[in-house]
Amino acid sequence: MDPVIFLIQCLNAVQYGLLLFLVASGLTLIFGIMGIINLAHGSFYMIGAYMAFALQPLVAQYLGGGFVATLLACVVLASLLGYFLEWAFYSYLYRRDHLQQVLMTYGLILVFEELRSIIIDNDVHGVGVPAWLQGTVSLGGIMTYPVYRLFISLVCLLVAGLMYWVLTRSRLGMMIRAGASNREMISSLGIDINRLFRIVFAIGVALAALAGAIAAPVSSVYPGMGHAVLIICFVVVVIGGIGSIRGAFLAAMLVGFVDTFGQVFFPAAAGVMVYLLMAAILLFKPEGLFKQG
Amino acid sequence: MQSTLRAVLLLALVCLAALLPMAASDYYTGLAVKVMIYALFALSLQLLVGGAGLVSLGHAAFFGIAAYFVTLLSPESGAGNMLWLLPGAVLAAMAYAAVTGALSLRTKGIYFIMVTLAFAQMAYYVFHDTKLGGGTDGIYLYFRPELRLGEWVLLNLDAPYAFYLFTLACLLLGWGFLAALMRSRFGAALTGIRVNEQRMRAAGYSTFGYKLMAYVLAGGLAGAAGFLYAAKDGYVNPELLAWDQSGLVLLMVILGGSSRLWGAIVGAVALTLLQEAFQSQDLMGDIAQRWHLTFGLAIIVLVALLPNGLAGLPGQWRQRRQAARIKPSASSL
Repeated sequence: MDPVIFLIQCLNAVQYGLLLFLVASGLTLIFGIMGIINLAHGSFYMIGAYMAFALQPLVAQYLGGGFVATLLACVVLASLLGYFLEWAFYSYLYRRDHLQQVLMTYGLILVFEELRSIIIDNDVHGVGVPAWLQGTVSLGGIMTYPVYRLFISLVCLLVAGLMYWVLTRSRLGMMIRAGASNREMISSLGIDINRLFRIVFAIGVALAALAGAIAAPVSSVYPGMGHAVLIICFVVVVIGGIGSIRGAFLAAMLVGFVDTFGQVFFPAAAGVMVYLLMAAILLFKPEGLFKQG
Repeated sequence: MQSTLRAVLLLALVCLAALLPMAASDYYTGLAVKVMIYALFALSLQLLVGGAGLVSLGHAAFFGIAAYFVTLLSPESGAGNMLWLLPGAVLAAMAYAAVTGALSLRTKGIYFIMVTLAFAQMAYYVFHDTKLGGGTDGIYLYFRPELRLGEWVLLNLDAPYAFYLFTLACLLLGWGFLAALMRSRFGAALTGIRVNEQRMRAAGYSTFGYKLMAYVLAGGLAGAAGFLYAAKDGYVNPELLAWDQSGLVLLMVILGGSSRLWGAIVGAVALTLLQEAFQSQDLMGDIAQRWHLTFGLAIIVLVALLPNGLAGLPGQWRQRRQAARIKPSASSL
């Protein structure tokens, strides 16, 4: 394989993996700490992408525009949405068993998809790449690589770094890590577990929405875009080990590379490759690469 | 006494169901066939969820694989022979269940839910991405399979009533099989595994073998439902294996209640009729266009109100009555 093409595929794989990490990290946190199977997580990705599409003209009108401002607006709105949803729906699920959670979050997916179709519509929309990110970088003379894809990777890396810092250095991170390894213990130590849950859920929703918003100019926005992401993120979480952010990062990169290079080398079997990877890993590590607690 | 009463009641119900097409229009007969196919599908999952405590979110794979098996292997110019198509479809589903079950049963709880989901997605992508079954367009089954011995046609399913009765018979056989299975030693072992797997292993049971056996049997029954589905519509597409199909059948089991075998049937009936009602223009008016919204909200409300499913409803009422009876006496003290 030509080294330049190889490099481009590597960049694509890293970008895809990092994007998956943003969605999957929220999913794994919600699994690990709140013990909830959130099927609606893919919907939050979809909501983020649609917010990027719908908010762009509004932000341009009232806040003077700018792509970064749109992204920030998405994140803020998504956190508020997450905070509200946890209070209104999810807080009733902690005492129920997994089955009931699956059932209710399935209902939420239907509601979100239909609301999306009522508020926007069922068409495919494109989201413009901002002018200052429209250029390309030339690689090895002939080949070029779009700057916007590099920008995606950069933002994801920044968020991942920020998350690492929050989890390992801050008081909130301490509570989250403690919650992931033993929920009952930290509530008996006097930490307001309900508030912690609400914050973690809001963070998870914000991360998924950010991933959706930032991917929107590349993938365009379309109905059902959340489903594909949800399933792949389940795979990432299972491979990485539930509740482990480190595992989610490693697994997301693995999945990113396997999927991207699978499409290059075995285009016919590209859809299956990721699941084969998961099966192979579970054969040796039934509880994922990094089992938590 | 009570068991005789129940047997009589059940027999009356079956007779009523068998005679339904006489009174109902074609539309309702078709709807009843759909309900029965989903009831069989949900029953097969009930063996895992209610029987062994294994929550699978990938059950649609077996349903879809069997449906594709029939459609792909039926001749294009005439009816295929059910004598080998039905067992073949069931065996194909069981084979996939054996392979994926052996892998996914190494995991537990949330992991198991997601691993079964992933394996179903894998099968979905095989039909979705390759030309094997016509890709995303799906393929048609032009002639319903018939039961033939040599040149002698034993059973022709083309008449709606014959197909209706055949589906009903399959459902009853499946139900009877599962009921007998759960009463057997094997069923008792499964119940033990659901309640406390550690203890069963300590008692000397190789729990993995039992669980795998249950998984394969459930896959086979789901395959029988898939066979019926392909024969009913004469059309299959990859969406039959998609995860929302798995989700839907799991919903039926949960909504019906996993504490009783028949909960799955109640759930399948309730959910299919609910879907049909929300989609109907006559009942819901303009909001029928947006039936996902009403259906989704209905699911959320049902989860909130019925922690034990529909089958647990009598128990829930009994508990409430008892609580109401105890309260006044407690306050008078």
